Amino acid sequence: MAEYAHPEALVSTDWVSQHGKDPNVRVVEVDVDTKAYNEAHVPGAIAWAWNTQLCDTVRRDILSQEQFEALMAGSGVTPETTLVIYGDNNNWFAAWAFWQAKIYGHKDVRLMNGGRKKWLAEGRDVATELPHVTPTAYHAKPADFALRAFLPAVQKASAEHSAALVDVRSPQEFTGEILAPPGLPETCQRGGHIPGARSIPWGKACNDDGTFKTADELRALYGHEGVDGAKPVIAYCRIGERSSHTWFVLKYLLGFDNVTNYDGSWTEWGNLVAAPVAKGAAA
Amino acid sequence: MKIEEYHERTLDLDGWKVNLTSYRLETEWHAKADNVSPGATLCRTTGASREEAEQKALKRAEELLGRTRRHAV
Repeated sequence: MAEYAHPEALVSTDWVSQHGKDPNVRVVEVDVDTKAYNEAHVPGAIAWAWNTQLCDTVRRDILSQEQFEALMAGSGVTPETTLVIYGDNNNWFAAWAFWQAKIYGHKDVRLMNGGRKKWLAEGRDVATELPHVTPTAYHAKPADFALRAFLPAVQKASAEHSAALVDVRSPQEFTGEILAPPGLPETCQRGGHIPGARSIPWGKACNDDGTFKTADELRALYGHEGVDGAKPVIAYCRIGERSSHTWFVLKYLLGFDNVTNYDGSWTEWGNLVAAPVAKGAAA
Repeated sequence: MKIEEYHERTLDLDGWKVNLTSYRLETEWHAKADNVSPGATLCRTTGASREEAEQKALKRAEELLGRTRRHAV
């Protein structure tokens, strides 16, 4: 993994097997399917539910600083803890949790390469019991919104081509043929994509076993679509978790300086009154 | 405790590609169906055999995929 810009942001399943229960390490499972953890999980891992613990449940937003601090404290995490996050769907919501941990300045956060899928496929030990957690006091840093794109920045990027917009949804969501991933509820009024966006589905960054492709392969994948880090990049999807995955790839594996995750994503843009929408394949 | 007999295959269901994963956890079989693109879990089922767990997953996945509307582009 030495060829990545920040190889320290990834750990292997072997590493977790050897160090997952070290006193300064906290392993956390974050799944799209929040029932998965209860079925079986990495021994010693705790779970965070993306839809109740990694967002504000009243207004649509990420955790506030106070909510993040409470989550970390209740999870037995201190600012010095090595936080190792993994999950289903090749780490979709694990990347979402990683992104929020970085927004609030947690220093040592890592993704387990390959996520839950690789751990299970390798036939490693799993557990069903919940680990004992001793609460801590946790003081986060103020939010670093240089990692997050809000609507005005996206509108400016689309209108002025001041940033590369990367749509990481499936090609059919991008064209407007479907309004949500197949089998999931439609959550927007209009289909299509933000004008000027390039279609680079998140999954193209992964191998079949769920691990990330090599830096050379990733550089070629994004470079082919003109996304080379020369100008700011804004990644988006439907609700912001798949784009967290791509944000991680661009920022930590390829080392692009200015990458933001537009977590409003298509559920914001596709519901906006009078917002410009492009249909069909990218020009 | 370990996951055993892990198996994945991709098939076509109602015009959509579906990834079907199944494995045994002690005496119970587990199956999971996800839509290949983008890869979101559609359902998770259990059964006394691989076949039973997979059939339940495929039935539920077919129900969900059948609700997906395709729009003219």
